[in-house]
Amino acid sequence: MALSGLFLILFLLEHLYTNVTLFFGDGGVEFDETSHSMVRMIIIRIIEIVLFLAILIHVAQAVLLTRENNEARPIKYTLNDGGKTSSWNSRNMGFTGSVIFFFIVVHLYNFFLPYRITGTVGGVGQETISVNVVHALENPVYALLYLISVIFLAFHLRHALASAFHTLGLSNKKYMPILDKVSLGFSILIGVGFGSFPILFYGAKLLHKDLLNWAL
Amino acid sequence: MSKLDSKIPEGPIEQKWNAYKDHVPLVNPSNKRNLEIIVVGSGLAGSSAAASLAELGYKVKVFCFQDSPRRAHSIAAQGGINAAKNYQNDGDSIYRLFYDTIKGGDYRSREGNVHRLAEVSTNIIDQCVAQGVPFAREYGGLLSNRSFGGTQVQRTFYAAGQTGQQLLLGAYSALQRQVGLGVVKMFTRHEMLDVVVIDGKAKGIIARDLITGKLERHSAHAVLLCTGGYGNVFYLSTNAMGSNVTATWKAHKRGAFFGNPCYTQIHPTCIPVSGDHQSKLTLMSESLRNDGRIWVPKAENDKRKANEIPEEERDYYLERRYPAFGNLVPRDVASRAAKERCDAGFGVGSSKMAVYLDFAAAIERYGKQQAGKLGEEHANITRVIALGKEAVKEKYGNLFAMYEKITGENPYEIAMRIYPAVHYTMGGLWVDYELMTTVPGMYALGEANFSEHGANRLGASALMQGLADGYFVIPYTIGSYLNSQIRDKVTSTDHPEFLAAEKNVSDTINQLINIKGTKSVDYFHKRLGKIMWDKCGMGRSEKGLTSAISEIRLLREEFWKDVRVPGASNELNIELEKAGRVADFLELGELMCIDALNRNESCGGHFREEFQTKEGEAERDDENFMYVAAWENKGNNTYEVHKEELKYEVVKVAARSYK
Amino acid sequence: MNLTLKVWRQASANIKGGFVTYPVANISEEMSFLEMFDVLNERLITEGNEPIAFDHDCREGICGMCSMHINGRAHGPQSGTTTCQLHMRHFKDGETITVEPWRAKAFPVIKDLVVNRSAFDKIQAAGGFISVNTGNAKDANSLPIPKDDADASFFAAACIGCGACVAACKNSSAMLFVSAKVSQFALLPQGQVERVDRALNMVKEMDALGFGNCTNTGSCEAECPKEISIENIARLNREYLLATLKK
Repeated sequence: MALSGLFLILFLLEHLYTNVTLFFGDGGVEFDETSHSMVRMIIIRIIEIVLFLAILIHVAQAVLLTRENNEARPIKYTLNDGGKTSSWNSRNMGFTGSVIFFFIVVHLYNFFLPYRITGTVGGVGQETISVNVVHALENPVYALLYLISVIFLAFHLRHALASAFHTLGLSNKKYMPILDKVSLGFSILIGVGFGSFPILFYGAKLLHKDLLNWAL
Repeated sequence: MSKLDSKIPEGPIEQKWNAYKDHVPLVNPSNKRNLEIIVVGSGLAGSSAAASLAELGYKVKVFCFQDSPRRAHSIAAQGGINAAKNYQNDGDSIYRLFYDTIKGGDYRSREGNVHRLAEVSTNIIDQCVAQGVPFAREYGGLLSNRSFGGTQVQRTFYAAGQTGQQLLLGAYSALQRQVGLGVVKMFTRHEMLDVVVIDGKAKGIIARDLITGKLERHSAHAVLLCTGGYGNVFYLSTNAMGSNVTATWKAHKRGAFFGNPCYTQIHPTCIPVSGDHQSKLTLMSESLRNDGRIWVPKAENDKRKANEIPEEERDYYLERRYPAFGNLVPRDVASRAAKERCDAGFGVGSSKMAVYLDFAAAIERYGKQQAGKLGEEHANITRVIALGKEAVKEKYGNLFAMYEKITGENPYEIAMRIYPAVHYTMGGLWVDYELMTTVPGMYALGEANFSEHGANRLGASALMQGLADGYFVIPYTIGSYLNSQIRDKVTSTDHPEFLAAEKNVSDTINQLINIKGTKSVDYFHKRLGKIMWDKCGMGRSEKGLTSAISEIRLLREEFWKDVRVPGASNELNIELEKAGRVADFLELGELMCIDALNRNESCGGHFREEFQTKEGEAERDDENFMYVAAWENKGNNTYEVHKEELKYEVVKVAARSYK
Repeated sequence: MNLTLKVWRQASANIKGGFVTYPVANISEEMSFLEMFDVLNERLITEGNEPIAFDHDCREGICGMCSMHINGRAHGPQSGTTTCQLHMRHFKDGETITVEPWRAKAFPVIKDLVVNRSAFDKIQAAGGFISVNTGNAKDANSLPIPKDDADASFFAAACIGCGACVAACKNSSAMLFVSAKVSQFALLPQGQVERVDRALNMVKEMDALGFGNCTNTGSCEAECPKEISIENIARLNREYLLATLKK
């Protein structure tokens, strides 16, 4: 869980960087360039496979662990005040994870599938990938789903980062509070970072502004 | 008198144990595999004995009534364990530990046993450290020591206020290792309810599986009783709720003599009783007396709060009466002094049955020391006190927290209130030098036997004795008996004596359940406790004891007519367990009073009001009472005393003075 | 004070249990939670009913036998406190208090509030020791141990084996218990010899006994009456990972 999770966290950073290029005000050129070049790099294609494997392993382990953990308490408490002793995030990793997984599937269907598999986006004479993204985010349903998922992702990460280090044994009394703060910071970064896309692009639409070509 | 042979080896005192070890018969390893030993009780003595005997190759079965051997009440010992290591270079030696223990016991213990205890005390520390017991250490990495009541050297090793816990977990880990190896078979939630004696020798036990209620017959070549003390005869004591006398009492009824039953230790520093609901008393470690000062107001019935009473209106009565030892006098002396003040009307708190244990002076002293260390020579008093509180917290933090949890008062701000409570019983089954009772093949170890502490136990000596018996004495001495048993196969549990013993137990259980009276077990236990505390507690008199004996007899009769034990015998039935134990306490209580009445002197924990000096100090009668009173059970609650004379060849017997 | 108790009653392991409600009156604030149960039981006995079975022994917070899940929390609302040291002054007059046994597959109910925790003994037997036979030890001070290490080892060793960590954990994981024992020895030079086997064997036994997995929620630390740190869990993970790399 911890290793696959940390790998996914690295991916998130990369993904965030690529997304931020949408804000360069260059009409989405940098974003499209990056996307195209990534497709061309063999190493990225390999990492892509590893990434899918990591997601599958992460999900499979989560399902397995949840089942084991449920079996470890066949009769539940009638009254259980877990909120007094642990955070909501830490107790609901399965739930937040499931929402995120659902979103990943939708997300892949929306962007990865048309661009990489069916080739209906990004080709010559077709809609550029950046425009595709903007169109998607201007859809209120999708934007809302995106935003909610990002919030869940932030909650998931709030516990995940420090927990992964703990599970790998890379933690002790001295580093525990530091890791906790890093975890908090990271979840805010990812939450605000990714959350800004649906908010800003949908907001821009409401204000009739073209954010892709917006310049300082 | 003829029946008691203490088997103390000949020779000079410092050579007795070595000489014994050199000549005791050994058991060949291949024979050890065929010899079975039952250990009842899993405290320090039981766990350490079981583990050590299993390591030697004997087949061992261990029984405890708790759900795990680690729960035994040794776990609750706080302060520490003595050992004559002389790590502090303060003049300690085996002889001094030996001497302090004899003197502390008011010259009522055996020289030979006590010297052996002092000798092996050093091995215990080595053994425990090797097992990974995390004793307190100095910054240089070496073991730390503190001093304890009744001594003038620092020889007490400790692990914060949880020394008993750490030592027991060490012994428990050694025991579990043997369980994992399959050499020890562990029976938890099992209570021993009788010993089976065949042809005069202990051959097994009857135990009740407390979950199913099934009676089981277990046979062995030897039976070790490591079942602790009987302080719960007083109902309120620092013992665990389950601590009981049943195992040793059943053994007594099967022929083992009971030694010095009246010697009980009342611990001076316990949290006072808060009301009728009180189910047990909590000890505050004696180590608190190293820094805390005990006092009461000089004025009778002073209603002011502790910190409103100025210094000159306080009576630091221990420092006043015993300037040489001050607050560090032995437990019996400190307890009696507290009782004396409260009886005279100087007690504090709502019940007026408490005295103050005050850390204000210590906080200031440590604060100044700390300020000096930090280079803050001119720190103001607030700063000094803040620093002092930190230092005191470092030393006694867990004890202070416990006090606050129970009383709801903050002892850093308000002086603690303490009062004596029953803590330990020096009496127990009479054993010889080999720890064997008067029934061959039956041994008693730890608090369950009567031996090393005489009439009063010094602080930090119980852990030492329990582990000495288990780790370093019984592995040697048991061979002397088992060597003669190698030809005998373990007795069949279908032997008529086993069946008879089982029937006897089952009859008693059925009888208890079928009384169907109107009063709960606790009702009788509380009443017994009150009789014992009032008349056989800190102060005893002929009049009181005589009346206690008749009251106990009446109470016993009432118990067997009117106790109500709900539920059935074939299930987990906690009331039934309690009923069996209280039935035994109701017999033991009487014997304690008989013994106290027989001992026309004051010594150690036994204080007869008729025998005291003008200043109120205990008055011993060495001429007539320098003996162990070993009581034989003659059936129907009648007893005959056998006397083992105590000979002092090394120590000069003197009046015990801490002035 | 007057209270209403909702207590889990179950006649034996195989019989279905359920809650029974008992009003209790005139409870003093000075009483411990178990003394309040004593009062109730005393009444049940005189009324001709069966008293409630619950585990307890030392009543001073060290034996680890008491084990009640009170108002949704292991050992009740006070942190760093066992049930026996929980006092009634922490409850309000008129309050309804729900009391359940520890719930975990590895801790089956025996009767009422009594559960079987022998799984902990089994884990201990699998490796929670240093294999030194009696009589082989060298002088205790021949092995200096840094005070900080000895103290950290002691804090881990302070575990009382009550099982609150398992009871509080949403996954019924025993990691805090196991990690405390592994840490006690891992921090001491004496414990190094068997370090690898100890971590492997104790974890293997723990998994076999049906405890759940640790997801680092930290409830164990929050409910531990001896406030044992989850730092120990990180240490156990480290020990275990290194051990799997070696063996």
